Amino acid sequence: MSENVTFHFDVDGENFSSAGEASVLVKKKLRQLGISPEIIRRVSIAMYEGEINMVIHAEGGSADVTVTDKEVAIVLSDRGPGIPDVSLAMQEGYSTARDNIRALGFGAGMGLPNMKKYTDSMEIETKLGVGTTITMKVKLS
Amino acid sequence: MKISRIKDLLGAELFCGEDKLDTEVYSACCSDMMSDVLAFVKDQGVLLTGLVNAQVVRTAEMMDMACIVFVRSKTPSADMIELARESGIVVMKSGYRAYEACGALYSAGLKPVGNN
Repeated sequence: MSENVTFHFDVDGENFSSAGEASVLVKKKLRQLGISPEIIRRVSIAMYEGEINMVIHAEGGSADVTVTDKEVAIVLSDRGPGIPDVSLAMQEGYSTARDNIRALGFGAGMGLPNMKKYTDSMEIETKLGVGTTITMKVKLS
Repeated sequence: MKISRIKDLLGAELFCGEDKLDTEVYSACCSDMMSDVLAFVKDQGVLLTGLVNAQVVRTAEMMDMACIVFVRSKTPSADMIELARESGIVVMKSGYRAYEACGALYSAGLKPVGNN
């Protein structure tokens, strides 16, 4: 691949049942680009968890995916409440999701830990009352 | 184990994926928490769940799963079935409870997903 490929999505925060649509589309695009199934799975799980988080906690946001010949970069940006304690949020099992979210199958406190686990790097920039931007990268080799 | 065998063992009703019943699957997992399902990245072929919403189908898609079984006769919506059809995932429902359904598949040789 000589040129970078980018995708942009707006993530609708109103509708939980549509959460994950962007991740499904990215998965299909990455398949078309001929990226290995293992890499695709890691990227799409990490992005899906991020998308779910934006819907649960931040009333949506945006997702930008860039594919270069070296890596896939995913930038998830929202104008939600921000994360008060990032190291606490990174602990497996810690969640501030309400019971109605648990009833939908999420809010187990695995989202951020999974995102870190499946990517080669993850950076969180967050400011209370302003929003959160998460940048994740998965190397292609 | 072929997906057709899973359907027989669970006395399940098929909603989509008629053409994929010959697909071989090697392991399964059962959970109502999709966050937990996403925490494993092994090649589990089958998801058994009592949770019914579109995120079940998307989770299965993200995990490259071949088949979803809804237990306790829970019925997926038409939208969910369409979503699964687009992703090539077999969807069925069984009258068995989760524990019974898992037991039936386990006894017949379908193993759980290993920890990674």
